[in-house]
Amino acid sequence: MIRFTLRQFRNVAVVSILVLVVLAVILAITGVPLVHLYDSTIRNCKAQGDCKEFLLTDRSLYVWLGIIVLVAPGIIGVFWGAPLVAGELENGTFRLAWSQSVTRTRWMVTKLGVVGLAAMASAALLSLMVTWWASPLDRVNMDLFGHFDERGIVAIGYAAFAFSLGVTAGILIRKTLPAMAVTLVAFVFARLAFVSWIRPNLFAPAYKALPLDPVSTGFATSGGSMSTATLIPAPPFISNAWVYSTQIVDKAGHALTHSFLARACPLLVSGKSAGVSSAGFGLLGHSATRSQAPAGAQSVLQDCVAKVGATFHELVTYQPASRYWPLQWYEMAIFLGAAVILAGFSTWWVRRRLT
Amino acid sequence: MTAVVETKGLGKRYGRRWALSDCTLSIPPGRVVGLVGPNGAGKTTLLNLAIGLLAPTSGVIEVLGGHPADGPSQLARVGFVAQETPTYSGLSVTDHLQMGAWLNPGWDNGLAIGRIQHLKLDPKQKAGKLSGGQRAQLALTLALAKRPELLILDEPVAGLDPLARREFLQVLMEAVAEHGVSVILSSHLVADLERVCDYLVVLVASRIQVAGEIESLLAGHRRLTGPRRDPSRLPANYRVIEASHTDRQSSLIVATDERVHDPVWTVEQIGLEDLVLAYMSRGVEVEKRQPAHVEVRP
Repeated sequence: MIRFTLRQFRNVAVVSILVLVVLAVILAITGVPLVHLYDSTIRNCKAQGDCKEFLLTDRSLYVWLGIIVLVAPGIIGVFWGAPLVAGELENGTFRLAWSQSVTRTRWMVTKLGVVGLAAMASAALLSLMVTWWASPLDRVNMDLFGHFDERGIVAIGYAAFAFSLGVTAGILIRKTLPAMAVTLVAFVFARLAFVSWIRPNLFAPAYKALPLDPVSTGFATSGGSMSTATLIPAPPFISNAWVYSTQIVDKAGHALTHSFLARACPLLVSGKSAGVSSAGFGLLGHSATRSQAPAGAQSVLQDCVAKVGATFHELVTYQPASRYWPLQWYEMAIFLGAAVILAGFSTWWVRRRLT
Repeated sequence: MTAVVETKGLGKRYGRRWALSDCTLSIPPGRVVGLVGPNGAGKTTLLNLAIGLLAPTSGVIEVLGGHPADGPSQLARVGFVAQETPTYSGLSVTDHLQMGAWLNPGWDNGLAIGRIQHLKLDPKQKAGKLSGGQRAQLALTLALAKRPELLILDEPVAGLDPLARREFLQVLMEAVAEHGVSVILSSHLVADLERVCDYLVVLVASRIQVAGEIESLLAGHRRLTGPRRDPSRLPANYRVIEASHTDRQSSLIVATDERVHDPVWTVEQIGLEDLVLAYMSRGVEVEKRQPAHVEVRP
């Protein structure tokens, strides 16, 4: 049954291997110079504190590779998973297949096993190739979590899950095209739901308290109404961390209130400088955007931040870089588990319900 | 000897509709069984139950003494050519034989290759490019080379032109003679079955109307023609299958084990086609009459 499954899968496999080989060649050709460039220039640019130029190397390839790793599991689910059984049901060939001397359970388990393993191997190969290629840029970028879904081992879990999802949709819907569409929608939904609701709760976050920085803290009102005026702390730079939120709190953990701000900074809140005088954020320094605010408003804001800073501090909620690999393993395991459950369900369905 | 197919009270329901109901049947081995009935009568349902593609809603079915599709050895004992003879359109003839070899422990490769050569099929041809007749022949080859004890064919010739139909049945009969395999094949046309079958099952409106050896069925039925008479006044051992009347004459098809002595009747032998048609129209009438029973009369 394994040999026959491979025979049925041959055309798809040939195309996939070709794609992977072409990609590997591109990555090897561009990746090796990238490593050399990193080795030769990175020391200089780090010394100068500005590696912006290095980060622009192969920029579009860098972005595209991320997208490829991101969409590959979905493609596997739609084109490998959904037609696997739906195609046989649609063309009636299941009657031929199920009247050979192989039980339906074995037929199903073999198909799931062979093509599922191929899906995982392809995703692993793709993701690890891209991870290797992008590693010099990622090391300088210092934003591990920014490419969490596009690197490492999570893609293996995604691919297995998408594949099982496609097979299950195909069995329940019994028509290839609708099954493909449902697979795509369900997979995208599952991924988005995981990213927004499950991933942030897998590990309890770490906290870090920072003094308010008069230079980088901004001020904003929402909708121009002064009653909603508040201070905006600059996102702190914690190398390779995943920052959930930054808040301004006092020692007891209470958030900065409007009334406190109004008392501390009457000048600012009464609003000569109405609207927003937000601070420039981030890695590249503050001068660019700051300069747009009038100098007078700036000093008012800085005084205000200094006053508020006596009682309040900035609280950062985040996952440190050390949680990156545990999170990768955790997420991969969860998606693999879901894939196994779906595979078990579809086997049971083929055995018992498809009669 | 074990019956090739033995059913008791077998039924299959889809939603609220019974595709097959209360089917009790015992088919002896070594026969070529014709399963006849109009389209939608439940022939495919009965065959799929025997193959194990379907599970019964009620009753039991045993095939060659085992439960259908119950493990690889049971699967190996039954060959199946499904309706419209599905094959993998992207795989070649050789690939299909390879599949047969991989998936069936009793695969007879010599037989398979011999048949493909005899049929003059191009081994490299993709199954999707074969004609309907060639595809049916390929499907039959796959089922035969598995060396089953029982071969089940669901409307194998329905989509074929008369020439391909004759060739297919001829090849089937040669195989039966050569390998001594029991065969059940379904058709909605009696003419297809007349030449090849020695056992008949008539299925109409989800129920079995009659089953038996064709010879004894023919011997046990008579056409009686005579002056007009009410069929209910016939002797008790005459079972009227079909009755048609003109003003002065009655023409009956009756089942009886006895010789007809009453001189008012002209007694005729009956052909298979007439016999089947009589049972089919009876089944259809029963089906039509059924709603009348639930009518409440004031």
